[in-house]
Parts: sequence; structure tokens; C-alpha cells
Amino acid sequence: MVGLDLERAGTVSTEVQRVLRRLGVEPEVVRRAGIVCFEGEMNIVLYTPGGRIILLVYDDRVELIFSDFGPGIPDVELARQPGYSTAPEWAREMGFGSGMGIPNMEANSDRLEIRSRVGEGTVIRATILRRKREAAGGRGETGA
Amino acid sequence: MKLREVAEKLGLEFFVAAAPEAEVEGGYVSDLLSDVLAHAQPKQLWITHQRHLNVVAVAKLRELSGVVFARGIRPGPETLQRAKEEGVNLLGSKLDAFHTAGKLHRLLFP
Repeated sequence: MVGLDLERAGTVSTEVQRVLRRLGVEPEVVRRAGIVCFEGEMNIVLYTPGGRIILLVYDDRVELIFSDFGPGIPDVELARQPGYSTAPEWAREMGFGSGMGIPNMEANSDRLEIRSRVGEGTVIRATILRRKREAAGGRGETGA
Repeated sequence: MKLREVAEKLGLEFFVAAAPEAEVEGGYVSDLLSDVLAHAQPKQLWITHQRHLNVVAVAKLRELSGVVFARGIRPGPETLQRAKEEGVNLLGSKLDAFHTAGKLHRLLFP
């Protein structure tokens, strides 16, 4: 993905949903993955010169990995706080930058790891579990 | 209620009628995309002033029944094209967001 390419932004998440649906992934997981991907995608487009998104689909979970080429997040804990945003005015006018991106990613994933180094870049790994905990002992019952 | 019927009763104009038989169960008013992603519910009609391409992606991701642009706002050709490709209903209201939402609420929850 290329930074500031707002034309294409949003197409990765809809494509991710299409792929997951085709693979027979549960609708609730598809829905959550779509939202996580959109927010991650927008962060790459709005704040970085570019990056890539990797989708991994397992029997028990879906993972989305977002890696970018900078500029990095100086204070990750601050960035996780709802309402905190460094978005420029033009992005806010478009309805981005309300400080809900990372909180939305957290709300729609079961685990969200953020590793960032200023001047180098950020890697975010979102894990969305496919099975309810009580089903975790059994194997293959979802058949996907 | 079907979107087609909502549009008739509220005097909404279809810009993209991808699925006019979609069910409308409620509405959501916001110009913040993350807010819509976090709080809008499937089958709601989203009333907004945003008209750029990403509106289509948000409506699709959230499985909304459609997007209503308030106050006579019209989306550009790229947004219309994307909505057609993605199968997202786009409509326009001559009224402002407050009055559009008010009428929709009265229609759905009399």
C-alpha cells in the first residue's frame, strides 16, 4: 500500500472480507476482520509513506499483520487511548482522525500487539479467534 | 421496511440503487468513519455529510442498508462508481441531517 492513496484505501478491507467469506470463515469473524483491517489500512494511508498488510487464516483464528515504513509511534499507550489523534486537519474534515482507530482495532480483535520504533516503523498484529473457548478442546467441528 | 419504501416516503433520491429491496431497521447519523464502524448496526441507514470514496467501504463493512447524503450533497463520480461495484445503496436528501433523521425516526418508530 502507498501512503496518502485515499482512492484505493478501503479496498483492502473489502477484499479481505471477500476472501474470508470465500474460505467459509464465520460471519462474525469476517465482520470483525473487516473493521480491524479498515482501521489499520487507514492508519497506513494517513500516517505513513506506505506499508503492507498480511492476512493469515488458521483453523482457530484469523491474523492481520500491518507493517509500515515509518514514522513510528512515540507513545503507543497514548495512541491506544480513545480520542487521542495526531491527524492533520484535512483528514479530520474527511471524518478520519477521531482517535477511535486503534480502540476500534482492539474492540474487534481478541489480541492486539503493537510494536513501534520511531524513525523505523510500526508492526501491528491483530488476532481474531474463530472458536468459542468451550469448543477449543475439540478439533475440526467448524470444518472450515 | 424496505429501502425503496423509505425513499418514497422521505422523498429521497436514489443515486445508486444497488439493492433497493434492502431492509431498513434504523438509522445512524455521523460524519466520523470510526464512529460509524464502532457503533452503527447492520441494516441501518447512515445519514452523513461525507461524500468521499471511503464512505462506501464503511457502509459495506458495517452492512448498512444504505447511505443518505444530507442537505442536497451529491457524491462525485468515483464514489458512485465504487458504490455500484460494491453494491452499496446511495441516496440523497434535500433536508438537513436533523430533519432527515427526524422523519426517518417517525417513519420507522411511529
